[in-house]
Amino acid sequence: MVSQKLDILTESSDLKKQGNAIPKITTPKLEIKDVGKIFKTKSGETVALEKTSFTVEDGEFVTILGPSGCGKSTILRIVAGLEESTSGQVLLDGQEINGPGPDRGMVFQSYTLFPWLNVKDNITFGLKLKGVPQKERDDLARYYLQLIGLTGFEKHYPIQLSGGMKQRVAIARALANDPKILIMDEPFGALDAQTRTIMQEVLLKAWEESKKTILFITHDVDESIFLADSVYVMTARPGRLKKKIPITLERPREYSMKSTVEFGNYKEELLSLIREESLKSIH
Amino acid sequence: MIKKWFTPNKEIPKKIYNSVGFITFLVVLGIWSLLSYSGFVNALFLPTPTTVLATAVKLFVSGDILFDIGISFSRVFTGFLVAALIGIPLGILMGSLRIMEGAFEPIIGFIRYMPASAFIPLLILWIGLGEAEKMSVIFLGTFFQLTLMVMDVTKNVQNDLIDVSYTLGAKNAQIFTKVILPASLPGIVDTLRITFGWAWTYLVVAEIVGASSGLGHMIMQASRFLQPDKIIVGILIIGLLGLITDIMFKSIYRASFSWMRKDGY
Repeated sequence: MVSQKLDILTESSDLKKQGNAIPKITTPKLEIKDVGKIFKTKSGETVALEKTSFTVEDGEFVTILGPSGCGKSTILRIVAGLEESTSGQVLLDGQEINGPGPDRGMVFQSYTLFPWLNVKDNITFGLKLKGVPQKERDDLARYYLQLIGLTGFEKHYPIQLSGGMKQRVAIARALANDPKILIMDEPFGALDAQTRTIMQEVLLKAWEESKKTILFITHDVDESIFLADSVYVMTARPGRLKKKIPITLERPREYSMKSTVEFGNYKEELLSLIREESLKSIH
Repeated sequence: MIKKWFTPNKEIPKKIYNSVGFITFLVVLGIWSLLSYSGFVNALFLPTPTTVLATAVKLFVSGDILFDIGISFSRVFTGFLVAALIGIPLGILMGSLRIMEGAFEPIIGFIRYMPASAFIPLLILWIGLGEAEKMSVIFLGTFFQLTLMVMDVTKNVQNDLIDVSYTLGAKNAQIFTKVILPASLPGIVDTLRITFGWAWTYLVVAEIVGASSGLGHMIMQASRFLQPDKIIVGILIIGLLGLITDIMFKSIYRASFSWMRKDGY
């Protein structure tokens, strides 16, 4: 059953590739153009995010690394359409986004499973809204449960799951909806260090299999390197992109890579960039 | 051992927990017995437990009280039902749409401080002494509190839960039906349980003035004819009816929201 499902999935992604083949020449998957955010407060205006521009390519895994309060969550919420920017525009496949929509799946740091739905119904929530027939929903649920390693848990309720399991289901729920891009706002931020490293591997596996474009926020340097094709470092408030660092570590990534010299070099470079910013935000 | 039972927030054995509740009941009954059987308090003011029990049996055998219970229950139930049917949807809208909150919160917040019983003369003037007047008192006593409590419950639905639903493709109407409603349902059922308890207390107020039937009326009549045993029977029955509806709501809660418990039962 699962393998059958896999066939259907690869078939559909093949179709997508063909569809993309025509405009593929230039348009990036996601284009952020001069996006900025200013909050109005009693004491005047606060710049949360300076005008920022960057692009994410189709199938690319991009992490944004920055000190807390630098406005990295603001970028994500603007891309998701949950917040409005005060300037600039966000283009997804060349189309300007306007409000939230199922083409941009999101995983939050807080646990956002629907507590009254079991794991399976959580995963198929978006599919049901779309009117996908029951049989197909069941197959997709089974496939994604297997992908995140939670086969056998379909009837469990969120309260019965650990934090890591909840976030796995949240990832499966976002992927099952087949979004064009997956937006992740420090999804492992609330997990303990051991669970975190396992979750990173689970996510990479899901990414490799689903070929999704991912935009991922973190303040964890190791995490940003281990996952990414490119790391964007952000400045302290008011937030701005400081530097883009391409990560050329081999894929598929293994846990053991974290102790290689190459990894260490990336880490050193990022740490010094981040340190400058953290120091600035203290002074 | 004893010291453990008096440590703040410490769990105690379930057997002990249940026993102490039972003992409290016995103590109250004991004091009552002591005061009445000894003749310390005149039987005209405080009848003995056995007299009250005998009166209760008599009232049930003759069937008079069943009629009063029936009419009282239908008043409480109808008045409360109307309050819930309007209050729940209004409270949900007020909790999720700022414009609805802005429009209704100030006026409801104001009216709820006006005592429902003070409206009785006005209600009699407007709609007479019939059933509608009794139900209106129950309605006035519960509607405003209920609406505000439902609003609070709805407001407490986690924002991220609503945000994630938008990213899964939910439209505004679906946010109400598929997210806000199921998320606030346990809180709403609990609100109904609490406000239904209040409805019982307003019943007596409604039936003491200008009623010719019902438990409140029976209590009033018994007072006029110096029958304290009948008054106590009436009070106990209202208490029991309240307790039964409370247990009913609690079991609905348990049966409907097993997803809130780790063991799933």
